[in-house]
Amino acid sequence: MDSRARAIAVGVGFVALALVPALAAILNQPFYLDLFRRIMIFAIAAVSLDLILGYGGMVSFGHAAYLGLGAYAVAIPAFYGVQSGVVQWTLAVVLSGVAALLIGAVSLRTSGVSFIMITLAFAQMLYYLGISINAWGADDGMRLAQRSQFGGVLDLANPYVFYYVVLAILAVLLWLGHRLIQARFGMVIRASRSNEPRMRAIGFSTFRYRLAAFALAGSVCGLAGALLTNQTEYLTPSFMHWTRSGEIMMMVILGGMGTLFGPVLGAIALLLLEDILSAWTVHWQVVLGPILVLVVLYARGGLWSLLPDGARGDG
Amino acid sequence: MADALLEVRGLTKRFGGLVASDDIALQVAEGETLAVIGPNGAGKTTLIGQLSGDLRPDAGTIRFAGQDITGLGTPARSHRGLARSFQITSIFRDFTALDNVALAVQAHAGHSFRFWRPAREEAALREPARAILERVGLGARADVLAGTLAHGEQRQLEIGMALATRPKLLLLDEPVAGMGVDESQRMVELLRALRGHHTLVLVEHDMDAVFALADRISVLVYGRVIASGAPEAIRANPEVRRAYLGEEDQA
Amino acid sequence: MTGLLFVEQVLNGLQFGVMLFLLAAGLTLVFGIMNLVNLAHGSLYMVGAYLATAAFGWTGSFLLAALFALAATLAVGMLVEVLTLRTLYERDHLDQVLATFGLILFFNEAVAIVWGRTALFTTVPRALSGQITLLPGLRYPAYRAVIILVGLAVALLLYIVVNRTRLGMLIRAGASNRTMVAALGVNVRVLYTVVFGFGAALAALGGVMAGPIYTVLPGMGEEILIQVFVVIVIGGIGSIRGALVGAVVVGMVDTLGRAFLKPMLSTMIGPSAANNAGPALASMLIYLLMAAVLFFRPQGLFPAVRG
Repeated sequence: MDSRARAIAVGVGFVALALVPALAAILNQPFYLDLFRRIMIFAIAAVSLDLILGYGGMVSFGHAAYLGLGAYAVAIPAFYGVQSGVVQWTLAVVLSGVAALLIGAVSLRTSGVSFIMITLAFAQMLYYLGISINAWGADDGMRLAQRSQFGGVLDLANPYVFYYVVLAILAVLLWLGHRLIQARFGMVIRASRSNEPRMRAIGFSTFRYRLAAFALAGSVCGLAGALLTNQTEYLTPSFMHWTRSGEIMMMVILGGMGTLFGPVLGAIALLLLEDILSAWTVHWQVVLGPILVLVVLYARGGLWSLLPDGARGDG
Repeated sequence: MADALLEVRGLTKRFGGLVASDDIALQVAEGETLAVIGPNGAGKTTLIGQLSGDLRPDAGTIRFAGQDITGLGTPARSHRGLARSFQITSIFRDFTALDNVALAVQAHAGHSFRFWRPAREEAALREPARAILERVGLGARADVLAGTLAHGEQRQLEIGMALATRPKLLLLDEPVAGMGVDESQRMVELLRALRGHHTLVLVEHDMDAVFALADRISVLVYGRVIASGAPEAIRANPEVRRAYLGEEDQA
Repeated sequence: MTGLLFVEQVLNGLQFGVMLFLLAAGLTLVFGIMNLVNLAHGSLYMVGAYLATAAFGWTGSFLLAALFALAATLAVGMLVEVLTLRTLYERDHLDQVLATFGLILFFNEAVAIVWGRTALFTTVPRALSGQITLLPGLRYPAYRAVIILVGLAVALLLYIVVNRTRLGMLIRAGASNRTMVAALGVNVRVLYTVVFGFGAALAALGGVMAGPIYTVLPGMGEEILIQVFVVIVIGGIGSIRGALVGAVVVGMVDTLGRAFLKPMLSTMIGPSAANNAGPALASMLIYLLMAAVLFFRPQGLFPAVRG
């Protein structure tokens, strides 16, 4: 397995992402700055899903719920006058982590088909909850008056500063994720996916580790939600809609699951594809749907597997 | 028996109308090797399931090292010193042989809520794992993916993983299942080497292995223990011959 | 809150439950026997609703429209089964989830292309547009009453098929131990296709009946599908009996909750607080119920033993 090729690919990827703002300025297309920032935010969400899906084998179809919770954790305090980014983002991480802990505690006692349906159902429950609360915009959502404030240190209103903040967060998360996968915790998660009964037979109480991973993934996705609502400057319950969960999952698969960087590629691919297709027809989903089916049926390894010797994830 | 390491009393398990375990009683002394034999359908798998913690008995008790473990789950039993190997090879196919054993070591080396240091760099996990691989004869195959090992090697790996949990008692579910003559002999030698240091409960069909290893034998037929004693006594027991050894042409 | 209002809501709950059951029965069998997660089940329901509405517009006859829609939707379903689902039987759940998710995107957009994104309007057939008197003082829409009757008839039919026919025996065996059925030499392919066809037909029937009383929109299938998941989780995978019990329970809890939770809370915490909390809590009720059931019985109320 050539980890050199992969490391180079990752390096090139980050350099490319770092250059996007400059390119966008040169080409006088600020839209691309916006687009790639959005891509990176979803990449963060996809990477968090990859931890439990690609490495842990937990097919959670309700991951967008944490995206939404993170977004609300920013927008609601902002609505009531609390603009501090530290407070908002900490709340986003904690709130979504706790929600994931509770949902996981119930869901992880099941597996297979049940697990998928249950995670989907709980996410949809939160979505309906969001819709029904009139004070916080109900169906229409809420506007964010201003982006999260970080004193004088970071001015997220500046598109370039915001862009590099997101890039930095993505880079740090990938690095931490890379360490985590190789550490004891990561080994337990990965081996539990491979053969859970065996894990219990050698003495691991797998439930607590899987639950911890589930909660961790949820809280990272919550951070992505906080970033997303800053990006769009509004939020709607649709952030939590189950189709959003499907989109995030698509990114993980398209890019290559169980590879950490694969989901980043997947986010780039999917959102660029959506951008291109939607310019062509407003009904682009009628094309995207079959594309997804074909990818699943015939190109399972995702984009990551197209790299030299990149056919397997961190083994 | 005064100080049995494992003591099973009145173990009963029903599946609907079928009584898979019928008031089973067993004792295993420390250091002893007990073989449990019986024809197909005798309930050996159900028995192992209840001893390992995968199945809850409907009645009866299981005492291990003087403590009642009947209500304990599988991981807890592993931590008490009860290890098992599986009849159908159950390993981590996508990991190397060394990784497989190191995981078993890891399970008993403190908690695994460690997120930073690569587990493969922990000498406290790798060194004991290597030693065990040597012991079971897989020293040279440490870095091979477990899924690509030969069938016999995978069975050896099974034993290795069980040993890595530093057990008092090894529950071995048909260790020579599906092995050819040479492989079986190697496995029997390996198990013989374990006999002095560990207590073994061996469930087997292969009578050569059973008579080569067992200090005592219990015979299970339709969920009941019909005879228990020294190998020679069992061989001579007419009831056993009728129920089981009469069918024996398998080894 | 009068007793008659309560009875009316109970009937509404039963009607909703029956709709859920039509979708749940087929889906739970597909989960249990074929181990296939089919997210696109709701799409068949939607296609049934759209085709029935369209056909009613062409022919003016609800009966003709219904028959056409049933046949056409069933055909669509079988086409999907042959083209995509067959390959998915052997794949893992993740692949099934993603592929059927792709199908959903396709179907939702396809109906939007043909019929647009705004809700289609269709009327209840004239013969059933009145109200019937069930009890003195209690009048109930005839159409909804017919839905309840149709649903119960289907439940009875399923009961007879599953418990009294050879096919039903194969279905029960398959739900309880899939591999054994294959090992016994049963033509599993054919069995799967029949089971899937069953489910598709029931979903189509649900869609056909749903048209006049629910909003016909792209995405309508998924809205009800997730509630169907709750039904199946509560009832137990693979079990038709579980699907029926679960559907009635979920239908009742949801309908009665939406009708009465706000007024009830109003008396406890005041009308303005109840205005927000009522609908919010009502929309969460069935999921909380699911969580509660799972806590005590993770396998559901009537699980078919799986092999």
